Amino acid sequence: MIVGEQKPLAEIKNIVAPYSKILILGCGTCVKTCFAGGEDEVATLASALRLSMKKDGREIKIDELTVERQCEDEFLRQAASNISGSEAVLSLACGAGVQMVADRFKKTPALPGVNTTFIGILEKQGLFTEKCLGCGDCVLDRFAGICPVTCCSKKLLNGPCGGSQNGKCEVNSDIECAWQNIIDRYKALGQMDRLTAYYPARDWRNSSAGGLRKLVREDHVI
Amino acid sequence: MNGSRLKQILSSGKFAVTAECGPPRGANTEVVRKKASFLKDCADAVNVTDNQTAIVRMSSLAACAHLMQMGIEPVLQMVTRDRNRIALQSDIMGAYSLGIRNILCLTGDHQTFGSQPDALNVFDIDSMNLLHAVRTMREVGTDMSGYKLDVAPRMFIGAAANPFADPFEYRVIRLAKKIAAGAEFIQTQCIYDMKRFKEWIKMAREQGLTEKVHILAGVTPLKSAGMAKYMAAKVPGMIVPEFLIKRMEGVPKEKAAEEGMKICLETIQEVRQIPEIHGVHIMAIEWEEKVQEIVKAAGLFPRPQPV
Ligand code: SF4
Ligand code: SF4
Repeated sequence: MIVGEQKPLAEIKNIVAPYSKILILGCGTCVKTCFAGGEDEVATLASALRLSMKKDGREIKIDELTVERQCEDEFLRQAASNISGSEAVLSLACGAGVQMVADRFKKTPALPGVNTTFIGILEKQGLFTEKCLGCGDCVLDRFAGICPVTCCSKKLLNGPCGGSQNGKCEVNSDIECAWQNIIDRYKALGQMDRLTAYYPARDWRNSSAGGLRKLVREDHVI
Repeated sequence: MNGSRLKQILSSGKFAVTAECGPPRGANTEVVRKKASFLKDCADAVNVTDNQTAIVRMSSLAACAHLMQMGIEPVLQMVTRDRNRIALQSDIMGAYSLGIRNILCLTGDHQTFGSQPDALNVFDIDSMNLLHAVRTMREVGTDMSGYKLDVAPRMFIGAAANPFADPFEYRVIRLAKKIAAGAEFIQTQCIYDMKRFKEWIKMAREQGLTEKVHILAGVTPLKSAGMAKYMAAKVPGMIVPEFLIKRMEGVPKEKAAEEGMKICLETIQEVRQIPEIHGVHIMAIEWEEKVQEIVKAAGLFPRPQPV
């Protein structure tokens, strides 16, 4: 999923300061799962904002709505009347959702309420971990299912570096050394020979380095 | 143009001495000259670090050029942290055109350690890929795209090895990979844990690696017990055994530097007994003036004259 975290209330207050009538628009998919922008978060944020504004002696009208996915017209369309009735939309979707709102509703400012952080997993209750950078050319088959591009702090294809100690990454001891994990898994899978292989420099053209990416699916074009 | 003197010394079977010079945090040429003057006659070649520990300093390439003007042979250190393959190859060509003949290919410490942790890193390629690229320039005469270069750099190629990082079994595999990618000489992380170092060398010997590469043993004289403790606790991939820390703590403060020198000399004598070790790499961090003393006391002075 795409993992994000709600911005601090003080920052959100600053962002919505120029408006007196806003819509807080939630998204029911990724950001709901990571407790950043689903129905519940929309409601909590709306009350917190109202309360805080009131304390400051300011009036703000807040409309609340959550759609299934802000990144698809089919769902976003359901928000059309709420959006046109507001001066601005504070979107609690990921960055893609916010931009979709901006693109589809040209006259209404779309504001971000969430910091989109990474593509990751729910490691365990309350802990999300980054797993993929969307490099466009997946190499997980060669690295025992652990992504060196994302999980190694230096993106090493020929790791580990000289900073790996006791299974921890040199960057800080909260980070596991991806290469220690790769080696452990090679061992478990009986693939230790992979460790001696030289991995040539990557072709980054399929990653964000190649410019804005688009995916055309001819079979789906109508 | 002349080739590498370091290569000449190592190929002739002589025990080599290299040292390290860290460029200043600023554009002060005099600092470079002063540090280098301490190293001039006592090292066969001097490594110039590339924004070491991710602290912004005068570029390695520029400092190398200053060393050359003083008649010192530099080893250009290059990390892949800050430059992509375009910039790296371009700098290698520039370095060669200036007469630089030795290169040490590194990935580099992560920028979060350094003076500007807010920087974006690059890591387009890793040290292994860089070794491969420099060798391809020399052997095939092409850049990484396969383009035939008009005068391809012909560098003497080095890499670092850290026998003290984990996982230990992998450290020799990594050495093998670096040799296969192009490394002709290796400078190791500074040695305090001699037992582990010898184990590593033994494994390398058993795999026939020590015949394929010149290994220079890294040493760093300890200045104080505090430094020993700091290195043990804070420097990633570094082992300083407890007994050495105790030994440093065991002498009065004003004698600590002397004790550190003693340890350093003992280490040098011990690695000289290992036939697979072809030289020593002295990293006297911000203590360059001590190098001459070390080299002399170790009986490695004078250095062979260039032929
Ligand atoms: S290799 Fe690329 S696509 Fe695969 S997990 Fe890593 S970043 Fe994602
Ligand atoms: S310690 Fe491990 S994860 Fe961290 S940069 Fe080095 S190889 Fe990568």
